[in-house]
Amino acid sequence: MNHGRTGYRALTTHRLFWPVVVLVVMLAANTIYRPGFLSVQLRDGHLYGSLIDIVRLSAPLILVALGMTLVIATGGIDLSVGSLCAISGAIACLYISRQPDQNSLGGVLTALALALGAALVLGAWNGVLVAVIGIQPIIATLILMVAGRGLAQLITEGQILTINSDPYKAIGVGHLLTLPLAIFLALAAALVIAAVTRRTALGLIIEAVGGNARASRLAGIRSARITFLVYVISAVCAAVAGFMMTANVSSADGNAAGLWVELDAILAVVIGGTSLAGGRFSLSGTILGALIIQTLTTTVYAMNISPQTSLLFKAVVVIAVCLIQAPGFRARFARRRAPVVTQATVNDQPKAEVPA
Amino acid sequence: MTTTSLTGGRTWSRLPRRHVPVLATLALLLVLYGVGVSQYRAFSNIQVIFNVFIDNGFVLVVAVGMTFVILTGGIDLSVGSVVAMTAMVSAFLLQEGLPAALVLLIALLIGPTLGFLMGCVIHFFDIQPFIVTLAGMFFARGMCTFISGSSIPITDGFWTSMSQERIGNPSGNFVSISVLIAFAVVAVAAYTLAYTRLGRNVYAIGGNAQSALLMGLPVGRTRIAVYTISGLCAAIGGILLSFYTLSGAPLIAVGMELDVIAAVVIGGTVLTGGSGYVFGTVLGVLVLGVIQTLITFDGSLNSWWTKIVIGGLLFAFILLQRLIGIRYK
Repeated sequence: MNHGRTGYRALTTHRLFWPVVVLVVMLAANTIYRPGFLSVQLRDGHLYGSLIDIVRLSAPLILVALGMTLVIATGGIDLSVGSLCAISGAIACLYISRQPDQNSLGGVLTALALALGAALVLGAWNGVLVAVIGIQPIIATLILMVAGRGLAQLITEGQILTINSDPYKAIGVGHLLTLPLAIFLALAAALVIAAVTRRTALGLIIEAVGGNARASRLAGIRSARITFLVYVISAVCAAVAGFMMTANVSSADGNAAGLWVELDAILAVVIGGTSLAGGRFSLSGTILGALIIQTLTTTVYAMNISPQTSLLFKAVVVIAVCLIQAPGFRARFARRRAPVVTQATVNDQPKAEVPA
Repeated sequence: MTTTSLTGGRTWSRLPRRHVPVLATLALLLVLYGVGVSQYRAFSNIQVIFNVFIDNGFVLVVAVGMTFVILTGGIDLSVGSVVAMTAMVSAFLLQEGLPAALVLLIALLIGPTLGFLMGCVIHFFDIQPFIVTLAGMFFARGMCTFISGSSIPITDGFWTSMSQERIGNPSGNFVSISVLIAFAVVAVAAYTLAYTRLGRNVYAIGGNAQSALLMGLPVGRTRIAVYTISGLCAAIGGILLSFYTLSGAPLIAVGMELDVIAAVVIGGTVLTGGSGYVFGTVLGVLVLGVIQTLITFDGSLNSWWTKIVIGGLLFAFILLQRLIGIRYK
């Protein structure tokens, strides 16, 4: 009995437990509402189905959220990712639209390189503001969030740039091995980031900086350099996500591309169990979080509710997930439900906090 | 004077330091105005200044509420959506035929209620203000489209009279009633922050919440109060916006929270809390308003330059705060 209870507790207190439950409940609700929801079919050598769509559409969000996870792990936040998506998409589309042959692979690759270069510079700008000058991250990136939208509109001259380039379009809607290419891009980014952070000491160092930047500096970690690095990584992730968004619709809109993606990305990170205070992160949690958000959006669309009203559901899910994960809420709830458990909960608290 | 003489030198150099950001904003405002006057003859007309107030009255009110929140070290992302929701609810209820006074009361209650709830969640469950108010923002924006997917015009007599009433001198210069309401809100807020117990608590919590708690100050009550105040200000701002546009539209005031936060920061309030003035916020809103007016007067510049300039100004002011050594985390 006691043993079984411990196993149950270990399961429910696992940090990915609640995100997984939420995702499964949403998928189940969809299946009940629309029995064909889970079916995946092969057509013209490509796989089609709602599940594939959800993963494909969440690919940009996963990318942005992965970068955001690292930033948040250092205790920072990057509000500028949405603007960066718009800028990188705008630069790539502008360069391609000026090419005599929009379908030339070389031209597209140059465009991508140019846009990535711009993203690197802007990411470095964020990094310098936070790591060197020491400005509070939320404000340092707010600058680029506001000014970046203006820059993106300046690049597209306030117009919606439409291009007709097959290689570029492939980034958003192309297929590889029967699956959408975007899924592979997101997966590759996730694997690279996971390998670099979890197979080397980098992840640990990032968590150390997030836990206490001063202490980790005294311990010999170059905190400023790590902080700088995560903002550059976040900018690059955002730029690739920007390519996907603009490639999806074959046009760049400085105003609308990547709008609110920073908020969705932060939500995905928080839903995935990464604390906004920094000090620990979960890449798999973030990917789950992004999938939850996209599933929610798809569900709402499928039920014929207006896209804007989907924000209502998003608000409910955000609050629910945050409340479930908040130690304060859990403690209160546990105390009221079963006083016996309180002792265990109290004892568990410091353990949970230790990784920071 | 006797106390200051002990640490005379330091006090002399420290006292203005708190005021430097506000003075810098004031200087910037004067420079911008000077540029406008020297470049465009029509700019010197006093009505240009009045128009800045008329166009930005609702922003001013919302920014005052945001000042309270930022002074405690928090942030409120929901204000733009609450403004839109308030305008939307009043337009909808008026369309349904409810009397103006009742509509006004209901509309003014929604914002503070939402703010109060957000404050409670932030305080009792210890969740980051950023996330809680983000959820509030989604909720309020979702409510807007839930009420109606398209714009609702307001034809009510009280609303149109408030919108068209002009208070001015015989030479034709005027302000709208909204401007007077905005000034009243600014005056009440400035008094509250400077001379009441609540105001001092706000500064104390922003300075150091832990110390404030140890001093026995009501940290929780104050924290919930500032989000309620911010909600109330956003609701008043929403009413003023509905006076201004005579309609409720679901997508109005999108991204307004950023403009408001920018105005508060440009006005010299430090985002980690504890330092700043309502007067600075007024100047910050005016700076944004004058920039918009300048870009309108120029004609050749496009609207996106506003965003780039605001971003540049944000950078300049944050750097300034950093250089004069106002405490950052």
